This record gives sequence, structure tokens and C-alpha cells, in this order.
Amino acid sequence: MDKSFRLFKLLNSVFCLILQIEDIITRIQDETDGVPIRTVKSFMTKIPSVVTGADIVQWLMKNLSIEDPAEAMHIGSLIAAQGYFFPISDHVLTLKDDGTFYRFQAPYFWPSNCWEPENTDYAIYLCKRTMQNKTRLELADYEAENLARLQRAFARKWEFIYMQAEAQVKIDRKKDKIERKILDSQERAFWDVHRPVPGCVNTTEMDIRKCRRMKNPHRVKKSVYGVIEEGTQSQSPIHTPLHHCRKGTKEDVEKEIVFLNTQLDRHCMKMSKVAESLIAYTEQYLEYDPFVTSPEPSNPWTSDDPTFWDLEASKEPSQQRVKKWGFSLEDALKDPAGQELFLKFLESEFSSENLRFWLAVQELKRIPQHEVAQRAQDIWAEFLAEGAPSSINLDSHSYERTSQNLKDPGRYSYEDAQDHIYKLMKSDSYSRFLRSNLYQDLLMARKKPETEQGRRTSLEKFTRSVVSTWNCDQTMHFSADTL
Amino acid sequence: KYLSTFIKTLYSTSMIFYSCVLYIICEVPLNETLAHLKTESETLKSKLEEERAKLHDVELHQVAEKVEGLGQFVMKTRRTLKGHGNKVLCMDWCKDKRRIVSSSQDGKVIVWDAFTTNKEHAVTMPCTWVMACAYAPSGCAVACGGLDNKCSVYPLSLDKNENLAAKKKSVAMHTNYLSACSFTNSDMQILTSSGDGTCALWDVESGQLLQSFHGHAADVLCLDLAPSETGNTFVSGGCDKKANVWDMRSGQCIQSFETHESDINSVRYYPSGDAFASGSDDATCRLYDLRADREVAIYSKDSIIFGVSSVDFSLSGRLLFGGYNDYTINVWDVLKGTRVSILFGHENRVSTLRVSPDGTAFCTGSWDHTLRIWA
Repeated sequence: MDKSFRLFKLLNSVFCLILQIEDIITRIQDETDGVPIRTVKSFMTKIPSVVTGADIVQWLMKNLSIEDPAEAMHIGSLIAAQGYFFPISDHVLTLKDDGTFYRFQAPYFWPSNCWEPENTDYAIYLCKRTMQNKTRLELADYEAENLARLQRAFARKWEFIYMQAEAQVKIDRKKDKIERKILDSQERAFWDVHRPVPGCVNTTEMDIRKCRRMKNPHRVKKSVYGVIEEGTQSQSPIHTPLHHCRKGTKEDVEKEIVFLNTQLDRHCMKMSKVAESLIAYTEQYLEYDPFVTSPEPSNPWTSDDPTFWDLEASKEPSQQRVKKWGFSLEDALKDPAGQELFLKFLESEFSSENLRFWLAVQELKRIPQHEVAQRAQDIWAEFLAEGAPSSINLDSHSYERTSQNLKDPGRYSYEDAQDHIYKLMKSDSYSRFLRSNLYQDLLMARKKPETEQGRRTSLEKFTRSVVSTWNCDQTMHFSADTL
Repeated sequence: KYLSTFIKTLYSTSMIFYSCVLYIICEVPLNETLAHLKTESETLKSKLEEERAKLHDVELHQVAEKVEGLGQFVMKTRRTLKGHGNKVLCMDWCKDKRRIVSSSQDGKVIVWDAFTTNKEHAVTMPCTWVMACAYAPSGCAVACGGLDNKCSVYPLSLDKNENLAAKKKSVAMHTNYLSACSFTNSDMQILTSSGDGTCALWDVESGQLLQSFHGHAADVLCLDLAPSETGNTFVSGGCDKKANVWDMRSGQCIQSFETHESDINSVRYYPSGDAFASGSDDATCRLYDLRADREVAIYSKDSIIFGVSSVDFSLSGRLLFGGYNDYTINVWDVLKGTRVSILFGHENRVSTLRVSPDGTAFCTGSWDHTLRIWA
């Protein structure tokens, strides 16, 4: 029982779309809940087993919960293009929302039978068509062209093809007139899928990545007309898709058990908290989302005016951009202008070595492999060695770990240290940065009146120049407003 | 005569008996151990599911009821890029927000200025089906690969006349098709995924394999790097219906999600890095949160039955764009779970979709040989 369930799931995964479509097609032909399929009397003849496009569109709208008829026509056209129903008077497989007549395809011709009809079959079909004496069955221009091409390609075995076509015509003549009408149209629709009108999408084209599992693994070619060709066998194709997954070995299952145990130990967040967090994040950034809030002065793609990009690239960051630096340390560092300002602030506090260390480690992870060992040593010398020029403060645990890592230096040798320093900056310097005049002035820049700003700025400049002459003395932490 | 028949029967019966005994002694214990382990694994899975379910106290869309609804969207094709001679399979944006690189089934890789629609560079790969392409962060190179099982890097020359193919550098080598590639934070490392079931991190300069990632049971079709400046993780999706989150340093899989019913064709992180979305052949997109270690939303409709080929978020994470095999793009409200818009335009499958780096537009590539910029 487990095996058949697994097989079902496998088929479901590989044939997802086909199963969905076939379910719709079955439901739509249902006697009670489906569309009205009838025989329509026209002039002197009867048109058997048809339904109007409008009926199909209506059914799709009702049963697939579609509000817009255009959407129903679109999905209907796609299902038709896949080969499940067709207009009786047109080679082009689309669904129209009017009185056009459609017929459903015979399950024999459904795509789920893994059809890959050969050109010999197509040649037999076209040949057969020319033998039938009805004007309505005349070949379309593109079909005539195809036939000519096939005649040239199969010149040597044309006699064989002709004979097969004759045999088919004989078989067809034996059938009931109404049945023949239906079968002829279904056969034609089959070829409309596999040899589409030029310009139409060929829905039998496959994504090469999925090919291996979809196609008949033993390449058994099934002929539409039961033609046995040399080198191929004529039997029904094997349905089982190649089970592409690696078999679960003992090792794999053991690994899985270790993994599952780790997951069980994981501390997870409640959904309510997760939801609040996702909502909060989205709400905060909504004003920066060009799809929701139109960028100023305009979206370059809609207005053809690249001013928005020029402004973003300029040295003067907009107030909106500066505001974003206040959302998180990550946001401040992501923006080069924000990073520059934060560095400047840290310099004023004589703690810029933290950020410089962090940046150096980021860079370590970006350089080519052969430069890594040397760079790792350089970082140690600059920031962590005894008497280092830009000494950073690490807790003893991280320090020990890092010096151990340096015995075999790699691009991740400083992960612990970097993490520690980042947390330090985030909890300590960053919040002071946001409260600093350096940041606040930039944030409020446009709001301050001209004269007051002018005075303030020159005072700032003075105090900064005073502070910078004292930067050799690390114990002095002066900020502009204490002077 | 009867005696010889009797002896033969006795012989064959005893052979059967002995092979049964041997089977019982050798095979059954091995199978039993494997069966025993599988049972243990199944038990743990159920337990894990139970534990996670305890934390599932509410649905995302329920909490999101208080969020203001989005207005009507007017999204149109703003540019159409024609020039590929066959199905467009992949595209990527340059950090300058206007250039893109695209690759197609006929082996062509083209670099465009999407704003002016001018083609700036073109390379012909030695293989067909170039399924993966990526723009380097510096904007000075592109990477691509596909049925050649490799990922190659082409430096982009300012001299338009220079033959790009001459400077080609082969970086990654897989044992099956290359399905996706992405530069990490620099031009110096590339992350790849392949039909051989693995992902790998490579040093561009030397072509050295820095780390490989094993764990998928079938083809890996897609990957996305976590957006964090401080993180070292990425997510991958495969034909085994699993989405795995990996630690780039150790090569270990740190989280795994398996709720899709078919191949996962695309994965993309939510901008905060706390969650990611996936698109699958089962016609649904799903949102997985890393902190809850769970699927937290499904984006689907009765009328959508064709597979999703590609997904991406808008800048705030409020909108999820999905490119589908039914030639359309569906736009979803990530929080409320509803469809905001359906966009028509392409005349064949949408195979690739990416939002631009500043979120002002998104680009789609299709089997109809064109690319479109939407805004």
C-alpha cells in the first residue's frame, strides 16, 4: 500500500499539470455538472458532439472561480493548445467566448499517452487526407508544404507510406459516418498539437531539465497508425517515469536522523510573532518600494527620465535615504554614504578600529583564494596582535578561538570575532550615532532655516577641527555639543 | 528414473532451503537495520511536525487583516528586448539598475542596456540551453553555463569590437547541467547549482572548488544568496521538492523544507533575510520563515494550474511576482495571500523573472524569445 501511495505521489509530482488538466476535462464533460454537448443541425447535415466556446468559458469561470472572462479564455486556450479540446473549423487552437463550436479530444490522443509521433506517421496522415474526396478535408497551405517536404525526405520509402495511407483509408471507410466525422476531427486536432500551424506555440516542446523524467525511458516509439518501423517496437509506451531520486542508503538515513535531531533542538518562533515581524518590516520599507510608492521625481522606466537614478548616485543623499540608515546598522552599512558617515562618527569617538576591522574581514571574504592567507595575517597584525596599531577589544574566548583559527588561516577565520564586534557596534556606537549631531543634522537638513543652519554649520566645523587635533589622545571622548 | 527425479527434486528443494537460510542470515538483518533506521527517521519527522505545529497559533493572512490594502496597480510592459533567436532561459540585473544579461537556448548570451534597449555585448557559447547567467557585482563580467556542465566567466570589455570569447574563463565543473549561478559579494566567488544534485562555491581566479553542498536527492534547479551583509547562507530548491538552507562555511544543510508537491523551480529570499519564497511545478508559490522553521503561506488559485518558473519580491517584500508556464505573471500580496494582479503579454512561457536592484521595475524572459521590463 505504501508503494502505490509513493507511486501516486511520484506521478503527481512529474505529471502535475497533466493530471490537473485531465481532471478539469473530465469534470467539464460530466453529464450533470459539465457543459452541454450536443448534436447541432446545420443546413443538410448534423454536427455531432459539440459545445460552444461561450459555454466553455462560462463553465471555466464558474468552476475555477475566475472573475474575468479574458482569464478564462486564456486558460481555455492553453488547455486547447495542449490538445484536450479543439475548434472544429480551425487549425489554430484557441478558445473564443462566442458561438464557435468545439469538440473534446479522444483520450486515446491525450498527451498523457506520451506521444512522440514520427514524421512517417505525419506523412501517412497527410497522404491519407489527399486520398479523401471531400473539399472540406483539403490540405491547408502549410500542410501542403509539409507534405511536399516529406515526400522529398522520404522519397525512397514513399511507396510504403502510400500503402499505409491506403490501408488507413480502407479502415476509416468501414466506420459509421457520424463516428468518422468525430474521429477525423480528433485526428486532425492531434496533428494540430504535434505539427502546429506555423506561428503557433508548439506545446510539446519541453524544458530540457525535466525531459529525463517525463519521456519514455526506454524510447519505445508508439506509432499512431500501428506502423512497425525497423529499429523500433510497436507497443504501448512504458508509463513509469524514471525515478530520478537517489536511493536512500543507510548512510543517508543516518545523516537524516542527525539532522532531524538538530532541528528538534532548535528554538523556533511562534507564528504570531513571525507574522508581526514580517508585517513590521514590510510596513517600514513600504515608502521605499517603487511599486507601492512612486519614487521622486518619477520612476525612470515609466517616465523615460533617469533623474531619479542621477539623484541616487549624487554625493548628496536624500533625506529619505538618510532616514533609512536609522532602521538598522545593516541598512546604514549597506549604503556607502551611510557607511562613510558612520565611520566619520566613530573616528570622532576614537573607536573607528571596530568598523575598520569589520570592513577588513568583509574584504577578506571577497578576495581571491590565493590572497587569503596573507590577508588574514595582515588583519591580525593590524587589529589583534599585541601592540597592534588599531587594537580592537575582544573577549578572551573569541580571542582564543581566533588565534587558533589563524594557525590555518582561511576566509572564515574571523567569523566569531567579526560577529562579536558587529554586536558591539550595534548595541553601543550605533545608537549614539543616531543621536549624534552628525547624523541628526543630515536627517533634518532640509527642515532647518537657512541662517541658523549656516551658523550651526560653521560652529560644527570649528569644533570638529578642534577635536581632530586631539585625536592622538584616546582617553578624550569629546563630542561637538560638550564644547 | 523415478529415483533421479526424486534426487533432483530433493536437490532443488534443499538449494531453495539453503538460499532462504542465507538470505535470512545476511540480507534480512541489513534490511532490518535500514528499515529500523527509516522508522526512526519517520518517527522523528512526525515529532518535529508536532513540535512545529504547536507554535502555529495563527495564520499570516489573519494577522495581516489589520494591514491596509494595496490600491490598484497599473503595471505595463515598458520595454521589450528583441534579439534572441530562441527561448530566453535566464536573466540577471547589473548593480547599475539598468543593464541586464540574458541567455537563451541557442547559446547566445547578450548584455543589454535595458533602458535604451541597446545591445552592448553578445557572446555565443559552445553549447545550447544556457540555463544560467549572472552579472558580476562590479559590472565588469558575466558568468553563464548550461548543458556544457560548466560555469564560465567572461570579462566585459569596453572595446565593443573585442572578442569576448577569447578571454573566457572556465570556473565551475559539474557532472551534469548547470541550472543556476550567482556571484557572492564579489567578482571572486561564484555559487553554482547543478542537475548533478549538488551546489558548489568556486574561486573564480583559480577555478578551485572552495566548498560543495550535498543533500539534495535529485537535480538542484535554483539558488539564492541571503541578502544579509553578515550572513553566510544561501537557499537552494530542487526536483526532490525540497528547499534547503546551507551554511557556506561548513557545507552543512542547516534547515530543510519539504511541502511542495513537485519540482521547485525558483527560490528567492524575502528582503529581510528571515524568510524566502519558492515557486514550483505544482502551480503554487510558498513562503517559508526561517525563524518559525515552517511554511507560513501558500499563494495559489483554482485557475492557476501551470507551474511557476520564477519568483521575486518587490523591495519592501510586500509584493511577490511569479512568472508562470501559462505565459502570465501573477502578482501576490505577500501578507494577505491574495492575488493583486495578473499580467498578460508574453506569447510563451515566462522562464525567468527578476526585480531590479532598486526595485523600480522587474524583467521577465520568455520562451517567446523576448525580454520585457515591467513597471
